[in-house]
Amino acid sequence: MSGVEGYMYPNEITLYWSVLIVLYPYITGLVAGAFILASLERVFRVEAVKPTYRLALLTALAFLLVAPLPLVLHLGHPFRSPEMYFTPHDTSAMAMFGYVYMWYLMAVLVFEIWLDYRRDIVLLSQSSKGMLRLIYQVMTLGSSNISERSLVIDEKVGWIVTLIGIPSAFLLHGYVGFIFGSIKANPWWSSPLMPVVFIFSAMVSGIAGVMLLYMALTKLRKEKIDMHCVDTIAMYMFYIFIIDFSLEMLDLIHRIYEADESFRSLNFMAHTKLFFSQIVLQILIGTLVPLLLLFLTQVVKFTEVVRKRIYVLCGSLILISVLAMRWNVVIGGQLFSKSFLGYTTYKMALVTREGLLVSIALTILPLFFLWALVKLLPPWPEKSADQAVAAD
Amino acid sequence: MSSFKEARHLFHFAGLFVLAFLVFLVIRHYYVPRSFGEYGHYRGAAIGEIGSLPVKFAGHQTCESCHTDILDVKSKGRHAHVNCEVCHGALANHANDPASVTPVKPDTAVLCARCHTTSAAKPKGFPQVVPADHSNGVPCQTCHNPHSPALDAGGAK
Repeated sequence: MSGVEGYMYPNEITLYWSVLIVLYPYITGLVAGAFILASLERVFRVEAVKPTYRLALLTALAFLLVAPLPLVLHLGHPFRSPEMYFTPHDTSAMAMFGYVYMWYLMAVLVFEIWLDYRRDIVLLSQSSKGMLRLIYQVMTLGSSNISERSLVIDEKVGWIVTLIGIPSAFLLHGYVGFIFGSIKANPWWSSPLMPVVFIFSAMVSGIAGVMLLYMALTKLRKEKIDMHCVDTIAMYMFYIFIIDFSLEMLDLIHRIYEADESFRSLNFMAHTKLFFSQIVLQILIGTLVPLLLLFLTQVVKFTEVVRKRIYVLCGSLILISVLAMRWNVVIGGQLFSKSFLGYTTYKMALVTREGLLVSIALTILPLFFLWALVKLLPPWPEKSADQAVAAD
Repeated sequence: MSSFKEARHLFHFAGLFVLAFLVFLVIRHYYVPRSFGEYGHYRGAAIGEIGSLPVKFAGHQTCESCHTDILDVKSKGRHAHVNCEVCHGALANHANDPASVTPVKPDTAVLCARCHTTSAAKPKGFPQVVPADHSNGVPCQTCHNPHSPALDAGGAK
């Protein structure tokens, strides 16, 4: 049989989890990472990253709205998906994810954005016209109180929401890692480190994503990039990336030393089928190169232009690296037989429901949501409601 | 103004949550079938509904009560434990009214290949071929008797 080497059980020959299941943890990870960046300012009082605070929240929301789509597309039968909420089975990890997702969306992200933007929303509901005015009025939820005292209360509640949001973001993405890590039949996934590795890689990718978006959008708006902000983000990205890389290496060393019955098979894959995506793309190009470059920015005084270029390059490489990591986990975990005697091949389709084009569309879709959110709730200080009212 | 009044907008948001939860409960009430959970994590009424469906398979004993000649051949060959309707399809209608419902004979070139096409996943002792190389589209029954496929059992029967 073409694409099959050695002995595969019949139900292992075709991969059931396609590239869409690669996107699911990738997109969810970007959400968690973007939120953690926002929390740096809100909870940990890292004032330098303030210019990205609102953008990070909107980015998290835009990506979170798309996060379940790969799953729905993969499973088909979208009308059955609400059943996950209506009749959840307590032994189903996926059913519980539905609640984790809804908690994070509504109780954390939407609430925090609403609290942070409430003053702007009220002002915009008074200054804008037509349909937009109606939308803003609905968003005020019938309260136009923006007194100093009420805003202080918002600030305090927002802080608590962010505080709850940090473990929630960890829960959201840790849960994705848990779904893989708890599959004890698959030695490539079954590791208690999986949720932790997923969280840290998510943080790195989300921070890189928001940093790139901030730089790109600021450039598009012909504004000056706040280098102190970008430097600080890059510094945090570097530190978290070191932890992420260390954890992944810890997992690898543990596997090599333990060398259980699956090791020969997994080792063979890392040298053959996953050589490019794991060794070359994920580890060499996607991890070691950005780590080295980010290290250099910490110890050498580069000019602003050089630093910007390094950050854009590192951010892009990190996004590719984390995508490759998701690919190696999801696809890699299905390429070998549980008999450890055979290997199969994944051939990605192009235009099918689970093909490349749909995957590209799903990756781009959050950017359209983000565009709409940025139009509705401008994250830039100079575009805030004050100016809008003043302009009127 | 009191703190309660200053925080009233938060109650509006909480109200939205409560409202969403109530809407969820109402939809759930109508959406989830009454018999769900009666016996387990499924719709209890499904058992009765499935039970009332017409029977499609006759069972090999029914086939064998008439087709004794086939049973004689089959019981001595490698396919002795392959039930009739595995290859011929569900035949309860034929068993109920043999005169007017005549089953179509399966195309052996397609049917046999379903089990006997070479696959790395199959045990080595299981007879398997690459159909294009083995017969090049010629129906298998030209050489093999599907009811007793060893070559010495004779084909075209």
